[in-house]
Parts: sequence; C-alpha cells; structure tokens
Amino acid sequence: MRGLLWKRIWAMVLRHTYLLRSSWPRVLELAYWPTFQLLLWGFITTFFLQHSSWLAQAAGALISAVLLWDVLFRSNLGLSLTFVEEIWARNLGQLFISPLRPTEMIAALMIISFVRTIISVTPAAFLALPFFDVWVFDLGIALAAFFFNLMVMGWAVGLVVSGLILRFGLGAESLCWLAIFLIAPITGIYYPVKVLPDWLEPFAWILPSTYIFEGMRAVLFNKIFNWNLFFGAVGFNLVYLFIGIGIFLRMFHVARVQGKLLQQGE
Amino acid sequence: MPSKQQRQALNNGINQIIDAMPINGSPVVIEVRSLTKKYNGILAVNCISFTVQRGSITALVGGNGAGKTTTLSMLLGLLLPSEGEINILGADMLTKRHLVLPRMNFSSPYVGMPARLTVGENLTVYANLYGLDNVKDRVTSVAKDLQILDTLKIQLGNLSSGQKTRVSLAKALINEPELLILDEPTASLDPESADWARGHLESYQQRTGATLLLASHNMGEVERLCHKVLMMKDGTIIDEGSPQRLIANYDRKNLEEVFLDIARDRTHSRDFVP
Repeated sequence: MRGLLWKRIWAMVLRHTYLLRSSWPRVLELAYWPTFQLLLWGFITTFFLQHSSWLAQAAGALISAVLLWDVLFRSNLGLSLTFVEEIWARNLGQLFISPLRPTEMIAALMIISFVRTIISVTPAAFLALPFFDVWVFDLGIALAAFFFNLMVMGWAVGLVVSGLILRFGLGAESLCWLAIFLIAPITGIYYPVKVLPDWLEPFAWILPSTYIFEGMRAVLFNKIFNWNLFFGAVGFNLVYLFIGIGIFLRMFHVARVQGKLLQQGE
Repeated sequence: MPSKQQRQALNNGINQIIDAMPINGSPVVIEVRSLTKKYNGILAVNCISFTVQRGSITALVGGNGAGKTTTLSMLLGLLLPSEGEINILGADMLTKRHLVLPRMNFSSPYVGMPARLTVGENLTVYANLYGLDNVKDRVTSVAKDLQILDTLKIQLGNLSSGQKTRVSLAKALINEPELLILDEPTASLDPESADWARGHLESYQQRTGATLLLASHNMGEVERLCHKVLMMKDGTIIDEGSPQRLIANYDRKNLEEVFLDIARDRTHSRDFVP
C-alpha cells in the first residue's frame, strides 16, 4: 500500500516534470525574476555600502534577503501555480477519479514546489559571486535552516491559496502572486522589525518569515545563529502548515459537495 | 465476425436473461439507493434507485438537464450526494471509495487531460496513478489496442478530436477496469470512428467481462451496445428495461422514438411502475 502511495505521488511529480521539460520558456521564466531582482538589489546595495554605516557592517545582508525572500515567494508560487495548472488543463476530474488522494496531491505539490524553487533561485545565488562578491553559501548550515523554513511557510500559504481557488474558481488565481506580498512590508525582509511602529510589531512576530530574516541578520551582523529565532520559525511553521493543509482539505470537501472538481476550468 | 442478425439475436438473448435476473440474487456491481442531489435549492437528482449487474452494459438516457452527468459524478465520487447510498464493487463510495477506484475508470470527451503533455506521457502518468507495474509495456499495449501507437510522442493538444477520444479511452482502459463509466463516449466522433469505438468497447466487455455504464444521447448506440436502459427525466428514473422491451412497451420502432415520447410526455410505458 505504501509503495502505491509513493507511486501516485511520483506520478504527479512526473506529470509536472514532463510539463517543465516540454517548455524551456517555462524554465527560463522560473529563473528570470529572481536573477533580475538580485541584480537590481545588488547594485542598490553597492551604492548604499558607500553611504550607509549599517549596511557597511554586512555587505551581503540585502542580497541574502533578496534571495531568501525569493525562496518564500517561489515556494508559494510553485505550489499554487502547479495546482492551478491542473485547473487550466481541466484535469482535476480525471485525477480524482483515479486512486490519488488529496493528501497525496498535497505531498506531490510540495515536492514540485521544491524542485521549481531550486530551479528559480540557484542561478541568482551563483551570480551574486561574480557581480557583488557575495557567496550566499557562506551562511553554511544556517542557510539550509532558513531555506527549509521559508519553503514550509510558502507551502502553507500556497495551500491556503489553492484551497481558495478550488472554492472560488479561477477568478481567485491572482492570489497566487498577490497573497504573499501581503506580509512583505511587515516581515522585515530588508530592514529589522524594530523599524515598524510599535503596534505593528506583534503582527510581524506571528510570521515565521520574520524569525528567519532576523535570524539571517543575526548571522551576518553578529556571526551567531540564534536558536530562539530558529525554534520560533519552526513552531509557527508547524501551526501554519497544519492550518494550510486543513483549509485545502476542507475546500476539497466543499468542492465535492458543490461539484466543482468537474466544473473547474476556463 | 457474427452477422447483424446473429448479433441482434445474441443481444436479445442477453437482454432476456438480464431482465429475468432477480436483482438481489445476482452479482450487483452498482447499487444505488434513494440517491438525491440538491444544488442551491435545485433538485438535480431526485431519490433514484437502481442496480447494475456484473458484466452488463447499461445506459443512462435522458435529455439535457435530466441528471445523467450529476448521477455519474456521484458514482465516481467527484460529487457528494445530498442523500442516499452508493455501493460499488462491494464498497460504500461515500466512505471507502479509495478501495474501489483502482478497479474502475472513466472516459468523457468533456473532461480534459494535460494538452501540453504527449500522449505517451499522459498514459505513463495515469498508469502510475493506478499503481500499475511494467508501465511502459502497458502503455504500449493499450496504445496498440486503441490504434494510437503513432501518436505516443505527439502532444495531446495537437491531435484531432477523434484521436483525443481514443486517447481518453486508452486512459480509461489503462488499468483494465472491472467497471467502466463513460459519458457520451462517441460524441465528437465521425460515424466511422464512432462505430470503431463502439466495437472496441463491445469487444473489451466480452473479453474481460467488465461492467459498462454509459450516458448517451445516441439512441442507435444505446440499442446496439446496451442490455439495459435507465430513462431519466427531471432528475428521476421514469422507466427502465432492455432496449427491446422499452420499444415494445411504448409500441415504437426504435429507441429514438421512445426517447422523444418520454421527452415530450406523449405516452407512458405499459408496465413501468415508478
């Protein structure tokens, strides 16, 4: 039974690997924005290094922030867009009359999101060295901790977005791109949370990403890996992932009540 | 190859046997009891009950909006009923659908498959979803049966609608299902392709003893293929029986005329008690 479960998850991963393989513009598009974001912010950093004493303490802070933000954004997008691809292809009905279970679909979406995120951010991470003399892998094991926490948060947001699209149809598809930006101003990507007004700070600290970006600055500025921040991120991520899965499964049930698995599509 | 008369005689014989079968004493593949579906206050399916016997070909027939697709969707587990029970291959579809989904399949020209994947990639994905071993061999074998071997490397979106229907049938037969549910299997096909598809379904049923349930607007197809017909109108089953019995009961020449009688409320079968 367990073997069959993995076979079904593998089938879904295969389906989207075929899709990526069949279209090089899709693969190029994945890497396009992270690379250009990096170049833009990299040159801004170069300018501010000469004019800001704060940035001068850690030249890689903004560039690392750009890359980590893209991990979060691409993880969310990788999951929700993969799900939307099934709706565009009017394939949901076929998938769910096969033995594929919704939980297996979620597992497959997470794996595909991981693959897409790696494709997205790897070129930018390598380009940071020749352009700005920043080797993001100097963050070491901390980078892996940040990366996986942001992946998980992206999955949680992506699952909520996918559930809403299942419930409200393709009219809600723009949420794939928009939802994550709701938190961008307050999660301290490019500046410390202390910058925010006092009343806004508690909202920032209920986001796992805030712990990650503060943790990143702790490594870059103070050369310490702050375990409290790490466990804060893990704790909130577990809660949000649980909520994301719950919302997706609930919306799947509602879609079965309302007959939306067959009706979805353009 | 049996002649038309021989086929008709065989069909009649099967129909008589199936009509004579006591429902509770025969192996039943589908058992539906008091099935009801309400959407936003509209009654799409209204308390229908029926059984489908193992090895039979049964048609759900009715005009647009009669409730056929809603009924099929509930049988497939894509749609949850408001009330009622569905038992397929011995399992309750509302609670244990994953036990029977590997043993059934579905084809419809209205439900898509990824158009950017090649035919071979699509069939490979579905063979894996059904947990099949020797995926490559199975894909080749089913493609050969459906005469689509030469399309395996072509993107699905680039095929003609007739070829797409063959691919959809190949996907539906990939796991050699015991129960095959079809929604208008020959819609969008030219007469020659439609005839070929019917012949293929007939031979699959005869070779494997599978049970087929199909929704169709093509009365000639239903007369040729089906042992039993469930006539639906306004969400209810208003008549049922073998095509020959329905034609005789309504005193008509063919099933198309029976369909029109029912659709236009012109008359009623002599012996059906809803």
